[in-house]
Amino acid sequence: MTESYPTEKPEAELGTDAPDPSRGHDDSPRDLVAAHVSERAAFAYAPAPESRSIVHLQSSYGLFIDGAFVEPADGNTYKTENPATEEVLAEIAAAGRADVDRAVEVAGRAQRQVWGPMPGAERAKYLFRVARIIQERSRELAVLESLDNGKPIRESRDVDVPLAAAHFFYYAGWADKLEYAGFGPRPAPIGVAGQVIPWNFPLMMAAWKLAPALAAGNTCVLKPASTTPLTALLLAEIIQQAELPPGVVNVITGAGSVAGAALVAHPGIDKVAFTGSTEVGKDLQRALAGTGKHLTLELGGKAANIVFEDAPLDQAVEGIVNGIFFNQGEVCCAGSRLLVQESIADTVVERLKRRLGTLRVGDPLDKNTDLGAINNAAQLEKIRELAAAGEAEGAVRWSASCTLPSKGYWFAPTVFTNVSQAHRIAQEEIFGPVLSVLTFRTPEEAVAKANNTVYGLSAGVWTEKGSRILWMAGQLRAGVVWANSFNRFDPTSPFGGYRESGFGREGGRQGLGAYLDV
Amino acid sequence: MESEARTTIQSGSGAPARFEESSRPLASTFAAGHSRVGSPSATAGEMLADLHRSETELRRFLHGLPGVDQVGAEARAASLATRSIKTSAKLWALEMAVSMVDLTTLEGADTPGKVLSLCAKARRPDPADASVPPVAAVCIYPDLVPVARRALMGTSVKVASVATAFPSGRASLAVKLADVRDAVMAGADEVDMVIDRGAFLSGRYGLILEEVQAVKETCGPAHLKVILETGELVTYDNVRRASYLAMVGGADFIKTSTGKVSPAATLPVALVMLEAVRDFAELTGALVGVKVAGGIRNAKDAIRYLVIVNETVGDAWLDPSLFRFGASSLLNDLLRQRSKQLSGAYAGSEDFSIE
Repeated sequence: MTESYPTEKPEAELGTDAPDPSRGHDDSPRDLVAAHVSERAAFAYAPAPESRSIVHLQSSYGLFIDGAFVEPADGNTYKTENPATEEVLAEIAAAGRADVDRAVEVAGRAQRQVWGPMPGAERAKYLFRVARIIQERSRELAVLESLDNGKPIRESRDVDVPLAAAHFFYYAGWADKLEYAGFGPRPAPIGVAGQVIPWNFPLMMAAWKLAPALAAGNTCVLKPASTTPLTALLLAEIIQQAELPPGVVNVITGAGSVAGAALVAHPGIDKVAFTGSTEVGKDLQRALAGTGKHLTLELGGKAANIVFEDAPLDQAVEGIVNGIFFNQGEVCCAGSRLLVQESIADTVVERLKRRLGTLRVGDPLDKNTDLGAINNAAQLEKIRELAAAGEAEGAVRWSASCTLPSKGYWFAPTVFTNVSQAHRIAQEEIFGPVLSVLTFRTPEEAVAKANNTVYGLSAGVWTEKGSRILWMAGQLRAGVVWANSFNRFDPTSPFGGYRESGFGREGGRQGLGAYLDV
Repeated sequence: MESEARTTIQSGSGAPARFEESSRPLASTFAAGHSRVGSPSATAGEMLADLHRSETELRRFLHGLPGVDQVGAEARAASLATRSIKTSAKLWALEMAVSMVDLTTLEGADTPGKVLSLCAKARRPDPADASVPPVAAVCIYPDLVPVARRALMGTSVKVASVATAFPSGRASLAVKLADVRDAVMAGADEVDMVIDRGAFLSGRYGLILEEVQAVKETCGPAHLKVILETGELVTYDNVRRASYLAMVGGADFIKTSTGKVSPAATLPVALVMLEAVRDFAELTGALVGVKVAGGIRNAKDAIRYLVIVNETVGDAWLDPSLFRFGASSLLNDLLRQRSKQLSGAYAGSEDFSIE
């Protein structure tokens, strides 16, 4: 045995006695190290901002009609801003009726003369080319998406942009195989699709809409959300770069109430695809009744994320976080209602809160940010109003402690406990980083509560019991049921809702059906 | 007390514990192992007292732990691996990682000369820069402990010795304990034991618990690292169960691998083990360390592990007393990246000494 054998205070030296983070190092040469090491603060990640320089923002953007960027007929414009800083990014054309007329007209011509008659294998080549250019310009698209939308670069880089490319790749593969898709021997395109998309996944939603429509031989007039037009316009540039025939894809920007309304009401439109709020979706369906136009709607949701007592706990907590805090909760299929079995409710909520303590809120362009800015002031107001209603109705509000930037639109990740099924925060879609926690006792009660909503877009089931997953999936009235996961998307998997969450499916073989006259 | 502990631990397994006549009492060393002052399991021993009573109860406990979903655990680890550690944070992490290295040589060809050279490197990793901290320990075979002990006299660097018929663990308990005694008598500060993976995979958990406890007792004041050899346990559920088994048995550290089996340490395995020590600390108040070993060759990977530590167990474990890297070539990459951070340019590989 040697002198330096730790005989005196072995427990203090390796600090295994008690949970004391300030354990000392009592060997004298060690003091150097100890000093070196203990002067540290916590492992504080230095800022790791993704460079904006890859994006070449123009001061103003026109409308993309007939393969070229053009000024709006009446010269109206509005500004789009960065929700994280309220900085104005660019001036955007506000399309009026005349612009919509022109876009629909050229789309109709392109459909009849070029795109519709083109062999599917040829259309596929264009779509593959778009997919590849999206991949090549992925960093540019990701940075621009985070700038305009406020979502963290980690998500735009790892989710939005790769999925957008994946949708083009996937539907490119279908373009020459339509007769084998199960819609009869000669499935025909519908014609001109008017597509109105929301601000939560601006590029990804554009890809979800355009790729199947184009693969099936339709031409498109796409209306991005007024607050997030930039990536749709960059996608238009990519479509130009891929040399798609003029008029096949047209992008008109502007207000939903003007450009969007004019587009869906236009007699030259054969098919309307809308993703957005249930309120607008209902209006749309009323307006389109009797017009003979095809319609698919992907609307709101109030998904239940159901955690059973035998769930893999750590992964379930991750799934809850991913379910409601992915994209700031601005996701139509967000797991905004946590239904947790009463026997483990306290444990789960405690673990969830601990986990939320490590969630990093801030600059969307920082590569370590988990939660970015709320997309716009109106949405922030709506989240605040509903959160206030939750408190007023007696639910217990808890927010992770985090410093929110002084400029921009921000909302701290929030969890409501003691929520009852009757509360507004259990019924209404908040579309923000706010989770309502409810409990259940039996699988039947879980199903009843999960289905007790006007929506039915998605649900999550967390249990290690395979038979229960299958049983639950059969009982839940939701278009997507995730088992031991949440918010996973794949172009091969159909996505869509029940009841007030809309109808029609996007993705997969089923997604083609929405763009074929079958 | 006992039933309380049980309800805390067992999430949702309804039936109360019943001791059948088939329940075999575990060896009496069990309680002895836990009464040791300063043992992390002193409290755990009380909390988990009912586990001592039978193999059945032990199995019930281990199988009552919440499962690990493979897809989810791997996704979480992959997501944490995208953290971008830059500038001051990177420098901090690199120096922290250096101080956490167990500089290792475990070859049949090891000689006193090789170990002396390793010790010199351990004391002063960068001869050109005294501000680089020494590493945490050197890790060697037991017969070379006296050499390392002499070479590291008066330094902060610990001598860690593998033991218990490393790496396979295929020997009788008596031989394993003799191996441990040998290492400790020769001056090892830390003992890295292997568990009997065969026993684990055939469900003889009690045997492993007894072995860990017996080794812990034989270690005396030397600190015990228990190698789970996760590459042979294969599933994350097994990793979590083995982690608990080692901790209940009195481990000061749980360690992923011997380095002799592939796969060795992986990010999701480290995540699952860190979650286990976090939950164990919550349950018992005892802080158990984690050592990742095998296959960690570059600074980027080391930083990824530190990120997982930071976001899973937090600050307390960001310390060489609770987190270690078992590695050899990693050290030079840490030094190279550190000098790049300070000077702005990469040094050549010849600028750093080999062990």
